Order: sequence, then structure tokens, then C-alpha cells
Amino acid sequence: MLRVRDLKTHLYLKRGVVKAVDGVSFDLASGETLGLIGESGSGKTMTGLSLLGLPPKPAGRIVAGSIELDGRELVGLDEDVLAREVRGRQIAMISQDPMTSLNPVFTVGEQVAAPIRAHGMAFERSAMDLAVDELDRVRVPSAARRAGDYPHQFSGGMRQRVVAAMAIACRPRLLIADEPTSALDVTIQVQFMDLIEQIQTDTGAGILFITHDLGVAASLCHRIAVMYAGRIVETANVDKLYSSPLHPYTQGLLDSVPILGRRQKRLRSIAGNPPDPLSLPGGCAFHPRCPHASEICRKEAPPSVSVEGGNVACWLVADSGA
Amino acid sequence: MTLLALEDVACHFTTPAGVVRAVDGITLKIDPGETLALVGESGCGKSTLAWLILGLHPLTRGRISFKGQDISRLRGRGAKGFRARVQAVFQDPYSSLNPRLKVRTILAEPLLAHGAARRGVAAKINRALSLVGLPEMSADLYPHEFSGGQRQRIAIARALILEPDLVVLDEPISALDVSIRAQMLNLLQDLQGELGLAYLLIAHDLALVEHAARRVAVMYLGEIVEDGRTEALFDRPQHPYTQALLAAVPRPDPAHPRATGQIHGEVATALAPPSGCRFHPRCPKCMDVCTKTAPETTIVATEHQARCHLLDSRHVPGTRRGTIVG
Repeated sequence: MLRVRDLKTHLYLKRGVVKAVDGVSFDLASGETLGLIGESGSGKTMTGLSLLGLPPKPAGRIVAGSIELDGRELVGLDEDVLAREVRGRQIAMISQDPMTSLNPVFTVGEQVAAPIRAHGMAFERSAMDLAVDELDRVRVPSAARRAGDYPHQFSGGMRQRVVAAMAIACRPRLLIADEPTSALDVTIQVQFMDLIEQIQTDTGAGILFITHDLGVAASLCHRIAVMYAGRIVETANVDKLYSSPLHPYTQGLLDSVPILGRRQKRLRSIAGNPPDPLSLPGGCAFHPRCPHASEICRKEAPPSVSVEGGNVACWLVADSGA
Repeated sequence: MTLLALEDVACHFTTPAGVVRAVDGITLKIDPGETLALVGESGCGKSTLAWLILGLHPLTRGRISFKGQDISRLRGRGAKGFRARVQAVFQDPYSSLNPRLKVRTILAEPLLAHGAARRGVAAKINRALSLVGLPEMSADLYPHEFSGGQRQRIAIARALILEPDLVVLDEPISALDVSIRAQMLNLLQDLQGELGLAYLLIAHDLALVEHAARRVAVMYLGEIVEDGRTEALFDRPQHPYTQALLAAVPRPDPAHPRATGQIHGEVATALAPPSGCRFHPRCPKCMDVCTKTAPETTIVATEHQARCHLLDSRHVPGTRRGTIVG
């Protein structure tokens, strides 16, 4: 359904060029959830915004690559075509903070009805009636009555449900969820993950789930793509990624988080700090922190090679496979 | 000797909407050199409790003593002396460091505020920086010249420079990048061993708490519903809320089933806490008595207690009778 190839989104700042997304490729099928894991600054949010055709203005620009949705190329489409036919209609987004994605001066019913109206999706019934249905679908209790309430009258978990209702109102093919559970407490987080799965069953949407939380990703995603410094360093089925990660960064991440019940005396940490996006290390961007770095890692970026069930961009794997 | 003891501590805020009982009758203690974790969802009062311990807000009720001395009503010089013994590291190292001050000034401030002789300051700054693994030249830089993890190291250095006995860590790693969290936890662990520090760790991440704490107290709507040694509480959680919290932790293991439908609904507001047991509207095991009477504390094992009617033989035959403690 979604085919992204060699996508590059760069930010042209006064201080230099940030290659926020630097050659990202992945596929996503209908009804599939792909987790995009990485730390802040790794380019995962920028990847999501690029899919929507919304790199930050004026600094951000998609400089290369292709985004195909159901066979249609989105890169290079006119802004008004994107706004009319794609954004909110075929691709929708749930962002991290429900308070900033809702307008405080409109009722939630109005806000869920807005995309339905904008895309002319209300035929036999009014947009507001449909909005109430959507609020009901995301299990906002007494949806008809609460549609008249304002965002501040909802709890954090309920606000995030409203945002989800807004996102799915036009039955998008692709749903981008950017850290939607990070601001929620664990007991509410579980409820919201259930909701995401239910939405997927109901609508058949493909979901790009952006997160830094390895636990949430394991629980929800079918496949995982790990990003580091603007590139996807490893893609794999969820079972494979957690049981036998191939990239040293993925291995380091999985080793460094405390796991309930494991009771290690000491955590194994990844050395050093995330790189400065304005001056990324040459070669493999992870090499200064990598315990296995060799000469070639410093000189040349590793190619992404196919392995069973995914791809890895690491010289250790590329060399052993060759 | 107990380092810090709280007895029936409460903090109520009066707001236009009514009285918010943010902290409502907390009793706990921290021994020298140990880590006590305080866990609970947002709004349960854990950060307010930290404020009370740091002396940043007056108590509505109760008593806090430090090394046996009542400090809850100290003013002036006495309060200042105590404050030097208890320091804090906050969640966000971007907002907790003044961007207009060099690291040297940031680290010197607590020393000068507590009357240290200027002559010794430079040496103390160098020692604090080396403790947290930063080079001495860092003192001449501004906070923006450091990464998030390095900033948190500066915040830790500032907390340690007065050589405190207790450091309150309020979500110390949750604002940091995943790949540097382990470094920070290991650093805090090393510092505790080296300096004999006690930590009050406020966190919502239970896997982190299990890793880092010796004892855990679980808060819900201003009250502690269960506390005990970490292994006991994680292996044999007694309170349905603790059980639900543990089950809800997302695990980095795709084979682990999600705890679906464990508890429903959301935390009630501390403006109007539910009657009886405050957890009863969300509890999957709620009984009649739970809606009417607040449960007493039951000691379930050495250093392990919980407040739940299920543990009381008057309501559930065969269990122990509730005991009021503290």
C-alpha cells in the first residue's frame, strides 16, 4: 500500500544543513503496523511529517525520493491536491500531545466533524452525526452528549481518543501515530493500545507507529524499523528484532533498558551521546559509539542488505553475507 | 538510624473548585544509603510529596523528621541547614539549569548560598564534575553547549556539591534519550555506593524502579496503598492497583500478552476522592465494603504492607486481620 524509497528530507538552517531524513526506504501493507523506533533527533517524526507533505516550513524540504500510496506518487504533488485529496483523507496523524492538536475554543464534536466536512464525506447524515459515531467508536462514553464539550473538559486519555476519532473520521488508508501513548499513564496507555488495534480491525488502515518505547512497540507492532541519525539501520519482524537483533545499535538499545523481572545488577549502556545532527560522523553514523567499529565503518556508510525477514545497514552483516 | 521519617503527612490546596487533597496522610521512612521509589500515575501526589520533603511547601498536617529532628516547622537558619542535607534532581535538564549562567556559577551557587568559603569553591566544583564524569573544562561552558545527558550530569553535580545525605530524584531519566538512560542509572548507582547517598526516586517506569530501588511505595490519589521491599512487592503484589500497574507495564517482548481489561476508567480527581477505598471505582475486585469504608493497613510480611479490604479477615475469611501501623 505504502512504498517509500530513498526519502530525503533536509532542513536548511542558518547554521547548516540537517539531513533529518537521509535515504529512508520501507513498505507498509494495509492492516499492518510498522513501528518506527529511534531517539529524539533520529528523524522519525520528520519521516512522518514528510509522508504528510508537511516538512517544517520554511527550513524543511523533501529533496529526493519517492512516496507511493496505492501506486500514486505523492512527492511533487501540488500543495492544494495534497490538502484536498491526501492529507486528512488518505493519510492522517495522531500526534503525541492531544492538548496541542485540539483547538481549545471549539467543541470536540465540531473538531471531529471538521475533516468530514472538509473532505465532503457527509452524505445522508450530517457531519456532526458522523462525528458522534466516531467518538463512540473510540469509546468516548456518552459520545452524543460529550460531543458538545470542549477539550479542557476531557482527561488526557480521553483527549487522545478524540484526536484518534478525528484522524479516522475519513477512513484514511494510512494512520501515522507519533508517540501517541507517551504522555499517558501506563494503565491508560494499555487502553489506548487496545483502541489502536480495534481501529485497525475496523478500518483496515496501515499504521506507522512512531515511538521511542521498546515495550510499547513490542506490544503493538508487526514489524519494526529502527532509525539512527536519519537512516533506518535495521528492519525486521517484531519477533526477530527482539530475539536476535543484528545491528549493534538495536542490540545496545535492547540491552540498555531495564526489564521487569530480569533484575540485573547493572545495565549495559551504550557509550557516548547521540550525534550532533549538524555534523554527523562520517561513514556509519553510529561508529563512534559502536563496540564493533572497524576501519571501513569510519570511512564508508554501510549499504542496507537484505536478511531473512528484513534489512540491516551494518558492515558486520554486509561483510559476512558477501 | 532512620534518615527521613514522614508521619501522617498531608498537603491540601484550596482552589476555587474546592480543596484538593494532593497528599493525604502519608507515613514512610528512608534509611541512610537506600533508595526508596515512589510510584504512581500522574496526579497521585508523588511530586507534591517531594516538594514537602524538600521544604518547598508547608504541610497541612503531620510531621517530617530528619535524623530524629522535626524539620516540618523549622524556619530560618535551621531550615537552611536541613536544606543543605537534602538536594534534588529534576526531570528536565533543559529547564532546571539557568541558560545564562556558566556551569561554574551554577555549581558555585549552592555553596555560596550556604556560606562556603570562596577559597575552597573551585576545588569542590572540580571534584563534583569529576564525580559525574565531566571534564574540568566544562565549568567554563554554558548549559546549551551540552547534550541532554550531559546537562543532567551537571544537575546531578549541583545536587551533590553540598554533600547531601538524601537526593530527591524526580523522574531523573524520563526526559533523556533512550540510549543514554542506562549511563545515567549506572552513574547514580555508582554515586550512591561511593558517597553513601540515600535516594527518593520518583518514577512512573516500574521496570526502572525494580532495577534501581530497594523499597517501593505505591501511591494512589494522595495515599500510599502498598509499600515494601522491591522483590517482595514485585513478586507478590497485594493491592489490586499494584497488580494492575505491574501488568500494564509494556515489555520489550512481543510474546508477552498485553494486560487488556485489567482496570477500567481513569484516576478520579483529588478534589472529590471516591468514598471508602479511593481505588474502588476502578478495582476489578471491588466488594460492598470497599465503597463505604477506607481499608486499614495490613502487614503482609516483614517490611511489606498494603491497604486493601481483601487482606482483611473480617471481609475475606482466612486472611490476616488488618493492623494499623505508623
